[in-house]
Amino acid sequence: MTVDTMAAIRQTFFQECEEQLSEMELGLLSMDEGNTDSETVNAVFRAVHSIKGGAGAFKLTALVQFAHTFETALDYVRSGKLHPSADVMKAMLRAADVLADLVAASRDGKEIDESSYAGVAADVKALTTVEGEEEVEEVIEFQPTVIDFGLPDMAPEPTAAPVHEYRVGFTPRPELYLNGNETVLIVRELSRLGNAEVSCDASAVPGLDTIDPNGAYLSWNIKLSSEAPIEAVREVFEFVDGEAEISIEADGQSEVSDAAIAALLAQALGNASAGEPETAVTETNSEDHPQSAPAPTEVIASETAAVSPQATEAKAVAVQTQTTIRVEFDRVDRLINLVGELVINQAMLSQRVIEANFAGSSSVIIGLEELEQLTREIQESVMAIRAQPVKPLFQRMSRIVRELADTTGKQVRLKTDGEATEVDKTVVERLAEPLTHMIRNAVDHGIESPEERIAAGKSPEGNVRLSAAHRSGRIVIEISDDGAGINRPKVRASAIKKGLISPDAQLSDSDIDNLLFLPGFSTAATISNISGRGVGMDVVKRSILALGGRISISSRPGQGSTFSMSLPLTLAVLDGMAVSVAGQTLVVPLTAIVETLKPKKGEIHGIGADSRVMAIRNTFVPLIDVGTQMGFRDTPADPERSVAILVETGGGARNALLVDSIQDQRQVVIKSLEANYGTVAGIAAATILGDGRVALILDVDALVSGSLEEQIGGDVHYGTGG
Amino acid sequence: MMQTILTVDDSRTMRDMLKMALAEAGFNVVQAVDGVHGLEVLQTSMPDVIVTDINMPKMDGFGLIEAVRKDSRYRRVPILVLTTESDAAKKARAKEAGATGWIVKPFEPTKLIAAIRRVAA
Amino acid sequence: MQEVGSSANSANREFVAFRVGAQEFCIDIMGVREIRGWTPATPLPHAPAYVRGVINLRGAVLPIVDLAMRFGIGLTEPTARSVIIVVQVYQQVVGLLVDAVSDILTTSEASMQPTPDVASDLAKTFVKGVYAVEGRMISIVTLESVLPISAKAAA
Repeated sequence: MTVDTMAAIRQTFFQECEEQLSEMELGLLSMDEGNTDSETVNAVFRAVHSIKGGAGAFKLTALVQFAHTFETALDYVRSGKLHPSADVMKAMLRAADVLADLVAASRDGKEIDESSYAGVAADVKALTTVEGEEEVEEVIEFQPTVIDFGLPDMAPEPTAAPVHEYRVGFTPRPELYLNGNETVLIVRELSRLGNAEVSCDASAVPGLDTIDPNGAYLSWNIKLSSEAPIEAVREVFEFVDGEAEISIEADGQSEVSDAAIAALLAQALGNASAGEPETAVTETNSEDHPQSAPAPTEVIASETAAVSPQATEAKAVAVQTQTTIRVEFDRVDRLINLVGELVINQAMLSQRVIEANFAGSSSVIIGLEELEQLTREIQESVMAIRAQPVKPLFQRMSRIVRELADTTGKQVRLKTDGEATEVDKTVVERLAEPLTHMIRNAVDHGIESPEERIAAGKSPEGNVRLSAAHRSGRIVIEISDDGAGINRPKVRASAIKKGLISPDAQLSDSDIDNLLFLPGFSTAATISNISGRGVGMDVVKRSILALGGRISISSRPGQGSTFSMSLPLTLAVLDGMAVSVAGQTLVVPLTAIVETLKPKKGEIHGIGADSRVMAIRNTFVPLIDVGTQMGFRDTPADPERSVAILVETGGGARNALLVDSIQDQRQVVIKSLEANYGTVAGIAAATILGDGRVALILDVDALVSGSLEEQIGGDVHYGTGG
Repeated sequence: MMQTILTVDDSRTMRDMLKMALAEAGFNVVQAVDGVHGLEVLQTSMPDVIVTDINMPKMDGFGLIEAVRKDSRYRRVPILVLTTESDAAKKARAKEAGATGWIVKPFEPTKLIAAIRRVAA
Repeated sequence: MQEVGSSANSANREFVAFRVGAQEFCIDIMGVREIRGWTPATPLPHAPAYVRGVINLRGAVLPIVDLAMRFGIGLTEPTARSVIIVVQVYQQVVGLLVDAVSDILTTSEASMQPTPDVASDLAKTFVKGVYAVEGRMISIVTLESVLPISAKAAA
């Protein structure tokens, strides 16, 4: 096997490790919730076992060692010898984190200082150490196997080994044949070792009338001259030890042990099936479980019980077997780009057909409609390839909660919901950081200390809930805690102190909550520095907005807070409203739009030199003339002959955008302006319309936030929100 | 004639390793991801040897061996179990189910091939 | 096709020559991706006047630089003969609006003459040398210099 293939398998191994770690963690969390059915425990055991197996092949000793310790503890739970109490589960979850670290370190070729996880290892080991028993330093049975795929069979050193004379007696029992072994193959194998003289004793063959077709009646005697040591001769019979009478005599010295072992093994076999543990245990203990008592047989018993129902389920399960292939993301992205072009081309074609007045030819129209339908289906299917469940993301969060709980001394339980919810890979990736920050916030600022909780009449253990769900074409992620809620007087005072609001500002509860999102507002001073890390909620909000999402907050004093995010399922398309401004088509993201209004006389009021506001149900919102803002025309549009679009920014500020008219609502493919040009103030991206022309997508937040003015040099005037 | 080996293992890493080692030694390799899948594959291909893992979801190695031995077509097909445990009880349990022999993981390719040659006609 | 200078020179290069107003310019053909007809561009807000906007080039958004405007000659009034020369500079793909493509020249680096010492900003900023072809003067444009200034620089 070449170095390349080994490298490829190594890569597979680490990919698979990721899956198994995720499977393991999910199972452990489920066990932690009290689901300790054999299916769940087995899945966790299997995951760790698989990691150990692969790690052994790659000689990742530290990983193998730890996985083995962990696996042993899991085996104890599996066999019912260890009750998965809260403490046990805590140790196991920590072990899971260490295992993940070890996998990552092995993958990156790094060393992890053993002392950094020795405590966890000791805790896990302690779970399987019976009290009073001397702790035996564990010796892993893995031989240091070297995988020398590339090399031909390594012949033993050609030393002049002495030639041994062996006399081998071999009398198969019926089970030997039933288990797929063949005498002839064993004899052939034996003759490979040297010069063999084989004779067959058929004296035990009964008459035809009494012969059992599945019986075994022949005995073999082999005289072997070979340089091979007796171990090699014995190895030939390795698989048939309990299925035949075997005697090996070397140079006149009788080999008694084989027969004895055969008898013992036969006994063990009989006992294992009869369910009497004692004898089997003696056999196993001597070999690999130095410190464990009757575990193996119990395992067998439970596995035996599990086999039959599984076998009957086999047919049903088989139908659901899903096969997967691994594809590089580059290829998927290329496909997505091509489909994007297909969508545009299809739209262009439709428009041309309409312009060419083909309407009379119904077959053309029908064909076009079918094409449109197909194109849309292809687009959806292709987008689905990039979709990934949020599960791995959520699992990372549960680790963060565990670590935070440890460092803060709080008791916190993370409950997750809707982990299977799928969203574009990029969205998943770019959510990791803001989500981490919010989870940290929830534990650090939200959940109270156990004492405070008890004093408040709550259970000492706090709850953080993380959920994901699809809602009207978007993914909604919520983080809620049952902590103390936002301390509004404190937030208000802090905002005043920082000069973010005036001391006499009239703010609703929700206004105060939203202060958390203001740049420059940091609660670091109010509590600890854990959530701090130089990142404030304003950064979280900006990341969410950059993903085309929105975030909102709600809080009830003493009962907790909820952060709710709504995000697009993909970053490749956007639901927008196409509007006309000074002969240009612009797209306003639908997520920003609250409603559209037809301004009436008397609703528009001038403020200052050239700022205007619009009265909407007794409140005044700044009116932004998109045409002049974009530099498409010099004089503001006449509001009464225009349409106002009421938009809301991520921060909740409302503004009215004045446009000439509304064309329609549509899904547009997002095209980057940055690749060949750069960023444009007030413009989020571009798209391509049905007629093949480029239309710009408005960046509503930038348009209304005032940052536009700074970016383009102050020659633009518009009302700022307040 | 090229001999066909059916390998049954839920670990992709292990499947890849088996496939590489076996293909290199001139065997035709068919693969399954668990016991149930293994039985399915057996409906369409007739391997000369089956190499199976023990710990697998849906149907473990023991279940697979028992099911295979119950099928008259496969009664005599040699089955080797792959196990990280050199645990005698595991081997005994596999033997009881009808296994022909075993291979202890992590395996050297030469050991794997030797074990297969020992049981393959 | 015109031959300029010594054809024996092994370092021969090809240039696309084009007209902007009354003057002739050329660029190295290696930087040219394609040449296409004029399509109305979507204007970009707050862009410099020489950026005519963006057009759709098979799914990609392509900014269009009006070379006449860029050179300070004046705004191009696109006609049926106007073309867009699509050029690539590093990773950036940009369309150059010119009045017409006039020629493909094969010439060598050696036959390039230094830019005559005139006071024109155009010459100093965008032209790295000139070729004399049959009594015409063709200025060699440095592609990097005509690219639109990105928003970063504009801010």
